[in-house]
Amino acid sequence: MTMVRHLAAAIAVAVILAVLSIQLGSYRDYQMAEVAAYVAAVAGLTVLIGLSGQISIGNGAFMAIGGYGGALLLIHLNWPLELVLLASAVIAAAAGAIFGLAAARLRGPYLAGATLMLAVALPSLADQYAGAFGGDQGLSVSINTPAFLGPTFPPTRWLAWVTCAGALITLVLLANLGRSRVGRSWRAVRDDEVAASLSGLNVARLQVLAFVVSAACAGLGGALLAVVTTIVAPGAYTLTLSIGLLTAAVIGGLGSLLGAVWGSLLLVLVPTYLTNLAASHGLSGAASSSVPIAAYGVVLIIVMLVFPAGIQGGLRRLFGPAAPAAAVPINALRRRRPASEHQEEGTT
Amino acid sequence: MRRSHRNLAAVAGIAAVAMLAAACGSSGSSSKPSSSSALTASAPGITATTITIGSHQPLTGVAAPGYDEIAPASNAYFQYVNAHGGIYGRKIVYKYLNDQYDPTITATVVHQLVLQDNVYSIFNGLGTPTHLAVVKYLNSSKVPDVFVASGCECWNAPSTYPYTFGWQLDYVREGKILGNYIEQHFKGKKIGYFYQDDEFGMDGVKGLNYEIPKSQVVAAESYNPAVINIAPQVTALKAAGAQVVVSFSVPAFTALLRLNSLKLSFAPQLVVSDVGSDPITLAGLLESFAKQGGATVSGNALTQGIITDSYLPSLGDTSNSWIQLFTKIHNQYIPKLPMDGNVGYGLAVGYTFVQAMLKAGRNPTRQDLVNAINAGLPQGVAVAPYAYSATNHDGITGAYMAMINSGALTSIGPVQVTDTSPTGAITTFSGTQPAAPASGIPSP
Repeated sequence: MTMVRHLAAAIAVAVILAVLSIQLGSYRDYQMAEVAAYVAAVAGLTVLIGLSGQISIGNGAFMAIGGYGGALLLIHLNWPLELVLLASAVIAAAAGAIFGLAAARLRGPYLAGATLMLAVALPSLADQYAGAFGGDQGLSVSINTPAFLGPTFPPTRWLAWVTCAGALITLVLLANLGRSRVGRSWRAVRDDEVAASLSGLNVARLQVLAFVVSAACAGLGGALLAVVTTIVAPGAYTLTLSIGLLTAAVIGGLGSLLGAVWGSLLLVLVPTYLTNLAASHGLSGAASSSVPIAAYGVVLIIVMLVFPAGIQGGLRRLFGPAAPAAAVPINALRRRRPASEHQEEGTT
Repeated sequence: MRRSHRNLAAVAGIAAVAMLAAACGSSGSSSKPSSSSALTASAPGITATTITIGSHQPLTGVAAPGYDEIAPASNAYFQYVNAHGGIYGRKIVYKYLNDQYDPTITATVVHQLVLQDNVYSIFNGLGTPTHLAVVKYLNSSKVPDVFVASGCECWNAPSTYPYTFGWQLDYVREGKILGNYIEQHFKGKKIGYFYQDDEFGMDGVKGLNYEIPKSQVVAAESYNPAVINIAPQVTALKAAGAQVVVSFSVPAFTALLRLNSLKLSFAPQLVVSDVGSDPITLAGLLESFAKQGGATVSGNALTQGIITDSYLPSLGDTSNSWIQLFTKIHNQYIPKLPMDGNVGYGLAVGYTFVQAMLKAGRNPTRQDLVNAINAGLPQGVAVAPYAYSATNHDGITGAYMAMINSGALTSIGPVQVTDTSPTGAITTFSGTQPAAPASGIPSP
């Protein structure tokens, strides 16, 4: 039943997005594609944190794995795009499984520390093995608009379609997973590990599984982003990216898939908008390049002050029904025994 | 969207007023007697009153010191041209965005410039790794990609990248000219290489190797611009007993090389690529790096005697007409920036763009600009001629050797020109550089 509902919603959204992509100009399409690529990655992270209660500051590294994996497959094996995207998710998932197993004993800040290490260390591999990964310059990725769309079809619209399709499929799959037995088990583990394991749940396995799922989403997001920006280079996968993903997940509303969309929109649009604003107000040089960064920080602080449970949580509070909160307030993660109202949280 | 409509309305309004003014004015004075056809929106980024061009520049980050002056300097030249009649009456609008010298950001900002800001051309995009990220995109979108701020030989590929043109002396030619000088003046000495581990450094080393016998090279050490600890490389150069160190490095790493050598009491003769040898930028970097390490040094003392090359007139040559023009524009439009090599570079490349635009015609399409450069540009601001033709997209073809003396470049040799082939001769340029036009604006 839920599967059908999610699918119907996804198809409706797909139609709206397709119409939007035709109505909007090519730069908006490009931004739409960028947002969609981030949505895939942020959705995975929000499930990891909001549902399974683990924190990762290293999902940028899984995006790097997906991005480089996809780029190498495109360049050397010339695989079709849909296979490349699937494969990059699988490759990142495998990496996530290895890392998740190694990190299964770690909790809270220690797990965050280990993932932080991954985010810092991994991009430098590209410089170590410059022959395979192209060093600082990275690898260039290019896809062609399929012939059946005709020669005049705008390439950016095709990019938007590909990435939005990827993001929507990810969201549908995650939504179903969240409603399934696995999702319920994750929530049980998040709320109380001891109680969960007394009820017969394999806590470690569930946690590793959550890690694998979030890594797969990040991998797909990374490959989509590589296709959008036409390049994979270590400079793209710095710690800033990982923290950006985390920011987007928290700002959007942890555990909420719609929140991931809000967060990604903010992540992509706010810096661009602020840069343009600074430039059009005659700020030049160092000022116009620093002001947006500072203003972005201010926007984040304000959103967190006004909506402690993220944008989706805030929207729910303002417009939604009184009952179940859509998103977990960030401090709920610290609580060992949450109130019963969190039973129903999760995907939207 | 609404905002841009309002802008559009404003632009249209200004355009109408300007055309009215032009129509009134033309009856009295004959400013443009030759061609009186109306100015039209002949290409993306071109309106009746403006030409909008864009660029990606490192305004913050590792490559920013010094290089962040280039785009403001080009813009100063454009403002000067705008104030003196513009290009066939159109004003140049130069929008340069910060890419932090990060190829991924370059891709994003260039998409923005092309798709949203609708620029006519990308001009002087800075950096080898950064620009490589967008060169395919620009060519497949048929956007002129002129005068890339990098001497990589990769821009000279007219069949694959017909819309891309280099400008500055390419690193292979530069390597050959530096290598030739070293071969003549440091015969039998032990030579060490220090270079950035990308196309910039590798092209330079390629040129050096064409001229310097392998037996003389005792060490070749590369650095990654993301890693500022270069003590291992400098130690290796010292251990190999290098008496001359040739450096293909950006200014920050030339400064680090100098400071690390100082710490190790290693004092080879430094020969540095033009890219990393601007005396004013270097002196500033040396002093600020030393300060961070708790030491005080004199920047000018540390750069004294560094050998380099230059393809633009020396800033110290105040009797040179180009330097006089540059100084005038600098003092009027960007007095807060130091009058250094980066500012000179930005002004010079801006001049070249105006040269090409004037040649492209009154109502140019994008292809017209490409055709104009393919037909060759006359020598102007550089000491050597351009290589531009339909089959060659290299820019400046030669340079003179110079030495840093009390914080300024002094010429120590004639202008030499060469090609990028292993055997192509290095010859003394027989022509002379034309003087700057009195108006400061090239003639069409």
